[in-house]
Amino acid sequence: MKNVTDRRQFLTMLGTSLGIGVLYTAMPAAAASGETSEFFNFLGEANGERPRPFSFVQLSDAHVGFNGPPDPLGTKAFEHAVELINALPQSPDLVLFTGDLTHDTEDKDVHAQRMKQFLEISKRMKVGKVKYVPGEHDAGLDGGALYREFMGESYYSFDHAGVHFIALDNVSRAKPEVGPDQLAWLKKDLARFPKTAPIVVFTHRPLFDLKPEWEWFTSDGDDVMNLLAPYQNVTVLYGHIHREHDHTEGNARHLASRSLIFAFPDPEQAQDKKPLPFDKDHPFRNLGGRLIKEVEGHASVSSFPIDQVQLSLREFHEINGVQQIMKPIHL
Amino acid sequence: MKNKLKTIRPIHLATAVIALILAVSTPRSVRADESVKTIDITAKRFEFSPNQITLKKGETVKLRLTTADVTHGLFQRTFKIDEVIEPGKTTEVTITPQTAGTFTTICDHFCGVNHGSMKMTFVVTE
Repeated sequence: MKNVTDRRQFLTMLGTSLGIGVLYTAMPAAAASGETSEFFNFLGEANGERPRPFSFVQLSDAHVGFNGPPDPLGTKAFEHAVELINALPQSPDLVLFTGDLTHDTEDKDVHAQRMKQFLEISKRMKVGKVKYVPGEHDAGLDGGALYREFMGESYYSFDHAGVHFIALDNVSRAKPEVGPDQLAWLKKDLARFPKTAPIVVFTHRPLFDLKPEWEWFTSDGDDVMNLLAPYQNVTVLYGHIHREHDHTEGNARHLASRSLIFAFPDPEQAQDKKPLPFDKDHPFRNLGGRLIKEVEGHASVSSFPIDQVQLSLREFHEINGVQQIMKPIHL
Repeated sequence: MKNKLKTIRPIHLATAVIALILAVSTPRSVRADESVKTIDITAKRFEFSPNQITLKKGETVKLRLTTADVTHGLFQRTFKIDEVIEPGKTTEVTITPQTAGTFTTICDHFCGVNHGSMKMTFVVTE
């Protein structure tokens, strides 16, 4: 293929922090240009689908059924998030839910009721698709049996608008790990993609050692990231830590979403993993993730305040692909 | 006859050397093992007993782990502890902490609804 790439941005994802989730917006910056169109066609052939503008939301850790301290909100934050998503001027294509949909209980019937309640709220979202992965509170007690009964498979992949999405389950085994079977599956899943394919992994626990003594790690996370290492455009979205976090390692950017139930403290500052106190005057403070506001046209990043998130897919000379660069933070 | 002697003598010599090594090394090995401090830790949902252990930097200790109920784990990244504690079995792990400080150690084998709060502390003194 003739090289049609320049050192210019061609696909951008933008967003802002509104406190309920993360909405990513992907849009070609120069879709009308003939060269970009040709390049998109090439990506369409290589990746299986031509990139096009789209947006998606990340929500996490609703813990439906949890009613202990410090948070008396129950499902209010989750329901608030659903209302805000439905009020967006343009509906996102996808919602990715990164685990702990429910809070665990050893009464299987009660846990099943919580799964039903979660789905009842989730189905109110007027979006194209909602995809889930389990958290340890969904799947830890029974190896994910109840979760799979309600939500389907706990790991899988799909393509959307030129981006390859991979759902990983690092909670259904007793230890915090993905396990050899899933690693073998991941290797096979990735094999058909060029190294330039944009890849979004979503999972529950961090795939790196964020705070092992708080169980904020995946013991075979390095094995996962080694399989992803050759790929130039990898973003990992996760939950579990009930706070925002941004970490870059190699080609991959790891981003955590806030919770929809209560917040944990900064692991660099706090001695213990105790939930932050509930503030009745600001009931949703520290909850949610980031809502990234969809923008029209070819908006520049500088037009957004510092609490907004930019996810850029870039093309580079002689690579014939895209480089995914995220510039969020200062959240 | 000379050839026979040449063949036998090295064998005898080697046997004598091996016997000498065993005679010297075995008692030392036993003494070393006897000097290692052993600490029993019992896991049960959702606590370890004891929940705090004080160690000396550079001192080797053997941890003897048992569970009173279900399968648990003992995980501490700095000390490279990553053990499964199964019912009816005793798991042993030997550590020699090289850094003074306080080290939170967790159960990393999901054991129930309050699994996330199951932890203990190693305090390592200079």
